[in-house]
Amino acid sequence: MAVTILIPAPLRRFTGERASVEVEASTVAEALAKLDQLYPGIRERICEPDGRIRRFVSVFVNGKDVRSLQGVETPLQDGDEVGIIPAMAGGQWS
Amino acid sequence: MGPSMHCRLGELLTQRIGNTPLFCLRRLPGIYGIAEGVQLLVKAEWYNPGGSVKDRAAFRIVQEAFRAGLLGNGKRLLDATSGNTGIAYAMLGAAWGFGVTLVVPASIGEERRAILQAYGAELIFSDPYEGTDGAIRLARQLAADYPERYFYADQYSNPANWLAHYDGTGVEILEQTRGQVTHFVAGLGTTGTMMGTGRRLKEANPSVVLVGVQPDDPFHGLEGLKHLPTALVPAIYDPSLIDRMELVDTEEAYQLARELAWTEGLLVGPSAAAALVAALRVARDLEYGVIVAILPDSGLKYLSTPLWHPDRS
Repeated sequence: MAVTILIPAPLRRFTGERASVEVEASTVAEALAKLDQLYPGIRERICEPDGRIRRFVSVFVNGKDVRSLQGVETPLQDGDEVGIIPAMAGGQWS
Repeated sequence: MGPSMHCRLGELLTQRIGNTPLFCLRRLPGIYGIAEGVQLLVKAEWYNPGGSVKDRAAFRIVQEAFRAGLLGNGKRLLDATSGNTGIAYAMLGAAWGFGVTLVVPASIGEERRAILQAYGAELIFSDPYEGTDGAIRLARQLAADYPERYFYADQYSNPANWLAHYDGTGVEILEQTRGQVTHFVAGLGTTGTMMGTGRRLKEANPSVVLVGVQPDDPFHGLEGLKHLPTALVPAIYDPSLIDRMELVDTEEAYQLARELAWTEGLLVGPSAAAALVAALRVARDLEYGVIVAILPDSGLKYLSTPLWHPDRS
């Protein structure tokens, strides 16, 4: 599945200032792993060592927080957008 | 605003801005092994009517704008804000009858959005992936495109922001500590609290140590604070004023927020907790001292966020 990962401004120092990155992945965990292969070090900003998403980070699939879906195991479809937002972002938007 | 015939008794909402309590922490210093000669005092800014320290700056900005004829002429107040300044503007706009338009990242918490809308503010959402700096850039653009519609308050550049603290917070701390304050700790966002309070304290006693608090990484969860090396730097910021800089990890601050709730009965937000992390570091190095930390808001607006849900993965 080709999915687009939206990179927040504070993490673009890892991605050469790219605001979005395309990867092939079938789950959120896989997408983040692929992102880390491309830009080493970025995943540990987003996830704990055990793979869970860090508390102050929200990861969204098509605007929906994966905490309300299946966490990092949330499946991805072709064309999905995976968003990463720091800080106190609550809820969801579209 | 002029006096109202309906208000011959009672007081005005805005009279309750400032003069916040200075609480002494009783149990936490012992838990952290702080020397008995050190007092750890916290300025409880959630006692402002809008619920945060930002009432001070917003009120002064609005007062100065009315005085200069920039508001009260049908224009709307416009600014970028991650939340608390917006709440203060929105409250004042409702109370004084001027329109308020706020540019906020689309990702702001539900509580904040609900509060802002309850006060009748107009919200313009900026790209959540661009954060607070994205909101600032959009507000600047709107101000440039529609000068006849908006008074651009620009809390990051407006000297009324730090002057509110120079004339308010700083004086209060000197009075409340009877001039004995030795260290002042405040988080850096717009930097108005530190610039204004810090200048006033240094004038009274040049040996007062000013401790600035920033997130330890550009990617953080300390709402209201800025990682200044990588952010748009506020025009009012003068780094030479600050004696010591403390960098705080988000998780460390969240943990202390929870600890403060159960050991002191104080429910605070993430930037308050970050200030206290820094204050404890300062306290540990001292035998004697009077440390004052600014706690910008309470934890109530963050109840739906991970701050209070440590086990939610």
